[in-house]
Amino acid sequence: MRTAFRRAAAVVGAGLVLAGPALAGCGKSGSPSSGSTGPVTLTVNLYGDFGYKPLYEKYRQTHPNVTIKENVTDFDTHHKNLQQHLVAGAGTADLEAIENGQVAGYQSQAAKFENFLDSGVEKSRWTDQKVRAASSPDGKVLFGVGTDIGGLALCYRSDLLKAAGLGDTPEAVGAKLKSWDDFVNLGHEFRAKTPDKNVKWYDAASNVFNAIVAQADKGLYDESGKVIVETNPAVKAAWDQTIKSIQDGESAGLAAFTPQWNTGFQKGGFATITCPSWMMAYIKDQAKETAGKWNIVTIPGTGGGNWGGSYLTVPKQGRNRAAAIELAKWLTAPEQQAELFKSKGNFPSDQNLWKTADITNYKDDFFGGAPVGKIFSESMLNLHYQPLGAHAGEIGNVIGNALVSVEQGKATPDDAWKKALADVKNLTG
Amino acid sequence: MLTDTRPARQRTIPRYQRVPRWHRMDMKVSPYLYIAPFFVLFGVFGLFPLLYTGYVSLLGWRTDTAGSEHTFVGLANYGKLLHDQFFWNALKNTLAIGVISTGPQLLLALGLAHLLNYKLRGRTLFRMSVLVPNVTSVAAVTVIFVQLFGRDYGLINYVLGLFGVKHLDWQAGTWSSWIAISVIVTWRWTGYNALIYLAGMQAIPFELYESAALDGASRWRQFRSITIPMLRPTILFTVIVSTIGALQLFGEPLLFNQSQTPETGGSQHQFQVMAVYTYEMFLGNGKFGYGAAISWAMFLVIVVIVAINLTLARRLRGVEE
Repeated sequence: MRTAFRRAAAVVGAGLVLAGPALAGCGKSGSPSSGSTGPVTLTVNLYGDFGYKPLYEKYRQTHPNVTIKENVTDFDTHHKNLQQHLVAGAGTADLEAIENGQVAGYQSQAAKFENFLDSGVEKSRWTDQKVRAASSPDGKVLFGVGTDIGGLALCYRSDLLKAAGLGDTPEAVGAKLKSWDDFVNLGHEFRAKTPDKNVKWYDAASNVFNAIVAQADKGLYDESGKVIVETNPAVKAAWDQTIKSIQDGESAGLAAFTPQWNTGFQKGGFATITCPSWMMAYIKDQAKETAGKWNIVTIPGTGGGNWGGSYLTVPKQGRNRAAAIELAKWLTAPEQQAELFKSKGNFPSDQNLWKTADITNYKDDFFGGAPVGKIFSESMLNLHYQPLGAHAGEIGNVIGNALVSVEQGKATPDDAWKKALADVKNLTG
Repeated sequence: MLTDTRPARQRTIPRYQRVPRWHRMDMKVSPYLYIAPFFVLFGVFGLFPLLYTGYVSLLGWRTDTAGSEHTFVGLANYGKLLHDQFFWNALKNTLAIGVISTGPQLLLALGLAHLLNYKLRGRTLFRMSVLVPNVTSVAAVTVIFVQLFGRDYGLINYVLGLFGVKHLDWQAGTWSSWIAISVIVTWRWTGYNALIYLAGMQAIPFELYESAALDGASRWRQFRSITIPMLRPTILFTVIVSTIGALQLFGEPLLFNQSQTPETGGSQHQFQVMAVYTYEMFLGNGKFGYGAAISWAMFLVIVVIVAINLTLARRLRGVEE
């Protein structure tokens, strides 16, 4: 999940940064109070709505002594706060969520989290990718348990495609979108034929770029944890392909998670969008009135790729670690994951669920009754391991910004690429 | 021989000794206790962080490298800073935004103060209301201005559109983003400076204006030849305070950025100012050592610029006297 809220709180947080070290060492309290039945209050820090509220109620039925307090901040602030609190040694919640693109950045601090392998969590529940990203480099510590996963599909506005005479059924559309070249070419055709010239083919170039890179064998990092943005031909190829589509006028130029982007959903400013399962909830939130006008097909290219998804972690500085671990395990248990998929659209990261009829038979009326359970399950089977590194998320954002500068008409593709490389160097050097 | 046989308590003591010891302690210590809150708070939230940041700036500490918190790298971070194009870019943006916000702001404040100095009905109300933008939180003000500067539905673009100007993407351009941020800063601080000028103006003896009026000086001439020279120390004060404020600019450019990465200051760092760059390096990228070095460099830049400011101001005064 990845939701953007406004970030007034960031300013306040930043003001406290320099005071942070002064507080270090104040909060090393508490021992895992295992099996206690006394009243326990657990704090849960999330970014965006994970859909956990009803689950907390359910949890209380079996754990009446547990009170749960949830704090939601925006994506950016949440991760900065967590980083800051870990370094300061105080201030984390009992449970902290970490997003997929950020999680590798916490590997070097794995010792600051509870190890779920010590509390009977089986690695085999998740794919190798999901486990390795949230493990210490030696694999002995698993510091995050997977919640949802961001396997890719492509959401499209069937009404807009139909108006352009490109067909609206998933069969018809899917047949025309086998590769990313197909995607760019169909975009060209769409732009030529759409009656409303204000409707662009897709929302933001960064979302297309990220999807293409996510499908490559290696993306931004190699196995050894080295950044290979500059040398990896797959990255440059994805860049060139995306640039081509921008120059063709296919991009609406609505940078992801901006207010303009949100408006774009409501106004029907674009016909397609890269769609991890959590995006379904985002679309429903942003544009309720477009219910039934959407549909989903397999993502072009390999049919795989991942964007987002989360983990729950239990920092060691918490006071009620045993209770926190129990809650984290319960929230990520298969039953809850399946329920969250149906209530919220967050696809389960537990791989055993992908074969259950409960998931694969699930259809969504908002998306024209599309068999979303089946589509995302298949997408997951096409997902293969791609090494992730500490700054995967930030590098994605850096290249995203470079693409935005091209979309804004403020930089030539070459300058933007050079700038992006310089930015990446500055990030990692 | 005369001996004093009264109990010690009843002996007459010289007056100066009669003050009890705790009272004398009180006289000596209390003043320090009264000022202590400031110094304790300053020590905890000002001096300590400042020094600790200086110490951190000598480390290679970064979150993505385990165990790096104790690696001493000397001045390497500062060396790197000299070749960091993003730092120079941030410095350039800071100075540019500083100039185009401070200049108009102080001129406007001077004019506003002049008007407020007239005998107006409901004068106090006007005088107080100019301070309202300043007491409003920077976040609230910026969020509203971001709406006004909106690309598609912003009021400012709408008004410009009436004059046939195409919709501007204020965040996208270098100049447009600088101007927009300067407008926010100007909005917040003009009233504040106006009140300071007003206080200065009220200290100017009325007789000066009277005699000038008798000599036939116009209002404008009075303003130029009496108000401005008499206000010089006040103007100097506001210039220095505004300069420091402009160099430390943070909230406005950060919140002005609507993207997912507010700390980058635009798609090409076009409005990333020094404090925001520090924030990006320190918290965004977890490079604590480097971020701390930028922080200190920023401090030095401020010291240098304020020193230049002061020297120029002294020189100007010297010339006229």
